[in-house]
Amino acid sequence: MMPLLDVHELGKRFGGVEAVAGLTFAVGEGEIVGLIGPNGAGKSTAFDLINGVRLPDRGRIVFRGDDITGMDPRYVVRRGLARTHQIVQPLATMSVLENCMVGACFGRADLPLRAAESIARETADLVGLADRLAEPASQLTIAGKKRLELARALCAQPSLLLLDEVLAGLNPTEIRRMIDVVRTLRDRGISILMIEHLMQAIMGLSDRIVVLSSGRKLAEGTPADVAANPAVIEAYLGNASLAGFESTGA
Amino acid sequence: MRPAEALRRPTPWLIAAVVLAFALVPLRGNNVGLREELLLAAVYVILATNLNVVLGYAGYVNFGNVVFFGLGGYLCVWLVSDHAWPLLAAALSAGVFVSIVALGFGLGILRLRGAYFALATIGVNEGVKAFTANFPPWGGSTGIYLSIAAYGPLGGPANALWTIYFLLVAVMGLSLALSYAIRNSKFGLGLRAIGQNEDAAVVLGVPTRRYKAAAYSVSAFLPAVAGALFFFKSAFIQPDDAYDLVLSTEAIVAVMLGGQGTVIGPALGAFLYEELRSTLLTTQAFSNFQLVIAGLLLLIIVQFVPGGLMGWIHRRWPRMKRVLE
Repeated sequence: MMPLLDVHELGKRFGGVEAVAGLTFAVGEGEIVGLIGPNGAGKSTAFDLINGVRLPDRGRIVFRGDDITGMDPRYVVRRGLARTHQIVQPLATMSVLENCMVGACFGRADLPLRAAESIARETADLVGLADRLAEPASQLTIAGKKRLELARALCAQPSLLLLDEVLAGLNPTEIRRMIDVVRTLRDRGISILMIEHLMQAIMGLSDRIVVLSSGRKLAEGTPADVAANPAVIEAYLGNASLAGFESTGA
Repeated sequence: MRPAEALRRPTPWLIAAVVLAFALVPLRGNNVGLREELLLAAVYVILATNLNVVLGYAGYVNFGNVVFFGLGGYLCVWLVSDHAWPLLAAALSAGVFVSIVALGFGLGILRLRGAYFALATIGVNEGVKAFTANFPPWGGSTGIYLSIAAYGPLGGPANALWTIYFLLVAVMGLSLALSYAIRNSKFGLGLRAIGQNEDAAVVLGVPTRRYKAAAYSVSAFLPAVAGALFFFKSAFIQPDDAYDLVLSTEAIVAVMLGGQGTVIGPALGAFLYEELRSTLLTTQAFSNFQLVIAGLLLLIIVQFVPGGLMGWIHRRWPRMKRVLE
């Protein structure tokens, strides 16, 4: 079966640094795939290349059978591929509801205002922002802004969602809630590709994990395979014998 | 928003009330002095309200917004004087033509952001001014004069002045209605997303290029019609008057004073600014003293009350957000 997202030999160079260097992987229908790797491994750049914020130097991105390499992000989201940002990007003085409505109005479904509003309300409810609808986005806490990022992306009614560190900066209770939300999304048939530094969470959530290091794919497999892979342990911690990876991992 | 729902909100009624007041108050006792004062206020309201679509909603500082007003004036005066068009046809054609020109300029310069865009809009104004000053059919730097016969079809000069006043008040009402309709539409939602964070808007799928160019073009139409009526009334137009950056700057001050991004704010700011301006002009302190005040006002607003009067009101009484949009 053809995968939902097929990334082939993707490459992007910034000056002398090859941020993404021939990355190949795929995301299947209904799958949660984790994208992990040390800081600077090229994870967020890979997201930028996939959703069209940056143009790749080489490689090919196929989404639902169509080549979307280098496609303008405006059209990528309309094809059903939405994303969140690691550094939250709220529309600050607009209300939470309006933020979500932008996502619904201009996303995949391209809805009129009224229909967008009801989608926005449902989605805000799903991520736990229902009692914050009238507040300006700037007044949310960090956890609230992360939820808003997720809600806005969801409002576009994507079939694939790219999540860039939605758990970073949240407290343990908030993390549990966010993990529940992500599971709910998958149960609703949305495939997810997520970048996350929080090992326990990503190991528990992902069906499959892709490990990046210096722009290259270092390993790929089930969470257990990846956690036991000596190359991965070395990339993260330098020395396997001192790592004790099993006790902190899944 | 459906029309029926729109009419249940206070803003459309407020707009209607303001338009009626403008139309009726100077009629009492045939108060020509008051009419002239309100005519100027209406022009400021039109310029500020339309500028707000680009500046307040989409967040792009159009420093050369007066170019629409001036070019509309030129086209109308030329069509009336050299081609004997009736006023209404000339004014509407001027509006349509200027909107089309604006669409072309918009598609070009709206790739620029921030200060670069603002500079480019000044360039557009100066470019059109230079073209006008060197275009023989438009009289070059001496401009075009209308003969008194041009007022004949409107029942002579005295009647014509009233007719033009009512037309300008109507254009003011349309400007406010347009701004309100945009503010409450999907188009307006997209523009405001662009104004808040254009990169995020792109990722969310807002057709930013199309929307920005459309906003720039739409915001050109009514100011061009207003310019047409205004310069028809003056019976005289020349490049320095038509493309006066002072008026552009004053429109920006009016928008900021009243509250950018709101429907009522820019009109309120324009009205207050015009009142202030006419007071200062008649005190004979020194010429153009209002500009010193305008500059100070702008500094104070940007520094301390970036939301302007409406922003201040909304923060003080959050419930007013539903009443005064």
